[in-house]
Amino acid sequence: MATVTPHRVRPGRGVELGLLVLALGLGVAAYALVGLNMTGALPANIYGYSAGMVALGVGMHLVLRLRAPYADQVILPVAVALNGIGLAMIYRIDLSTVDWEHPTTFATRQLGWTAIGMILAAVVLVALRDHRTLRRYTYTAMVVGLGLVLLPLVPGLGTTINGARIWVRLGGQSLQPAEFAKIALAIFFAGYLVTNRDTLALAGSKVLGMQFPRVRDLGPIIVVWAASLAVLVLERDLGTSLLFFGLFVAMLYLATERKSWIFLGMLLFLGGAALAAQTFSHVGARFDAWLNAFDNDVFNQSPGGSGQLVRGLYGMANGGLFGTGWGEGRPDLVPYAESDFIVASLGEELGLTGLLAILVAYLVLAERGLRTAIGVRDGFGKLLAGGLAFVVAFQCFVVVGGVTRLIPLTGLTMPFMAYGGSSLLANWVIVALLLRISDSARRPAPLVTGFVAPPPTAADRQDTQMLTGLGEVRE
Amino acid sequence: MSELAITLLRLGYLVLLWVFVLSTIGVLRRDLYGTKITARGGPAKKGRTPTPAGGTAALAPPTPARRDAAPTRLVVTEGPLRGTTLPLTTSAILIGRAPSCTLVLDDDYSSSRHARIFPQGTGWFVEDLGSTNGTFLDTTKVERPTPIPPGAHVRIGQSVVELQR
Repeated sequence: MATVTPHRVRPGRGVELGLLVLALGLGVAAYALVGLNMTGALPANIYGYSAGMVALGVGMHLVLRLRAPYADQVILPVAVALNGIGLAMIYRIDLSTVDWEHPTTFATRQLGWTAIGMILAAVVLVALRDHRTLRRYTYTAMVVGLGLVLLPLVPGLGTTINGARIWVRLGGQSLQPAEFAKIALAIFFAGYLVTNRDTLALAGSKVLGMQFPRVRDLGPIIVVWAASLAVLVLERDLGTSLLFFGLFVAMLYLATERKSWIFLGMLLFLGGAALAAQTFSHVGARFDAWLNAFDNDVFNQSPGGSGQLVRGLYGMANGGLFGTGWGEGRPDLVPYAESDFIVASLGEELGLTGLLAILVAYLVLAERGLRTAIGVRDGFGKLLAGGLAFVVAFQCFVVVGGVTRLIPLTGLTMPFMAYGGSSLLANWVIVALLLRISDSARRPAPLVTGFVAPPPTAADRQDTQMLTGLGEVRE
Repeated sequence: MSELAITLLRLGYLVLLWVFVLSTIGVLRRDLYGTKITARGGPAKKGRTPTPAGGTAALAPPTPARRDAAPTRLVVTEGPLRGTTLPLTTSAILIGRAPSCTLVLDDDYSSSRHARIFPQGTGWFVEDLGSTNGTFLDTTKVERPTPIPPGAHVRIGQSVVELQR
């Protein structure tokens, strides 16, 4: 026999501060190395850049100390490190632009977006005292989410870039509303499933060892499937459509623990993908570029060829095991090396060793989200944390899988790294929500005050002994 | 910069990257488990010794000799409370259904004040307190205060208790 005592979470956040120093060091060192290796001198704004990053990181740390003292200590440093490494790579791509008259300034803008994103995360942490408040807005979140998804279709507001109509032009900036829609939809799915999970989980007949839901309970999954197909057809964006459908299936599985949902989801997805590949030329071209990437015709085909993919693969091959070093490779030969193909750029300059470290960091981030989901006591928080962690992990899988030619290339962004304001803001909000939920997951439970014993008198001693005796367990 | 410096910085950065990743994993390792499980080993903890109430000072309970053979706890080995242990101190243990008993049995076959186990001299005795169904020491019915030999089973209703070292 053994005694089981719950692990006590110590309230201090010293561990986070230590890891944060390392994380900031990673970002700043990468930035400095890019300058040293490419121009022979430290970047001109290295001190301002370092001060800004340190101020943002320490600011978030202080907000956590004040507003979420029990929040997970690993999430923030990992996010800061990934953000810093991404910034350094974007700066490196900026430096290698051929056109010196009009150098790209992606890094400066991305730094601005980082600042806005971290401040937004701090605002979420301060404003949202309890994640359960969000459950009240379940259906509001649905409306907001669907509205955001459909926003690019509004004439005059949405713009088509590279064939995909997923952008909204607002005040000179182009935003990708689908990035925010995924958070709203995660809130909606969590609120909806926590109410309806019993019908979805318990009713139904058993076939081949799997319990299948009743036909009339299939409604929601069909609706979401149709909606994500509609996104694919109307906005021509494979990635977003895949992300929404994957998120819903994953959260259904989390809520019901029934493998049949994954089975059905896969079946529906494969059907939809086959249909789309047959019907739409741009999806078919993606499949062709994936399967026959090294064909000369496919390689040279533009647009929709495999040139970008194959150049990325050769870049990573050039990096080898230990990489070329910051600023020593030629990742800029790949189109969109700062956004869609930032993983290939990092693979070239940091090698397999560095890329694996980055992937482990994403793994840690997703694990912390899932651990939070296990630890939190309310069903809504469990589903929301699990769903958000899944979104981060799924995006990584789709992007890295696409870049390494494991699956067809889709237009998702690597969280925190890829160039893009919307993606960065949305991911910092996800981090803030995970931190908020983990605070309530790790907060010690309030003391149970059910039975108050009177102070023991001499006559009561024997009863007290009895009570202490009952607590013991035989060996 | 020299080729050597570039190579060292390149590898140094990778080391830093892995130091960060491994230290986050180090934090996880400590934090991953929600519960701590400690095996119960060694001697059982001694219960608190009650101080005798003021008026009973004259009837100071006899202290059982603390030999190695002296039992230190009472263990319920059968019945609904199986696994329960009580520390044996210098005071008597009252067993029955009444809430005032030391060991409260939730058992229809026991009486409200069923039996008493008390120390006297060097050993422990069991005494039946006029129960309906009787108290049994192994197989013999307890009629008068009887010493409990080591390893003997005392049956009270559906429960069996035992004295252990």
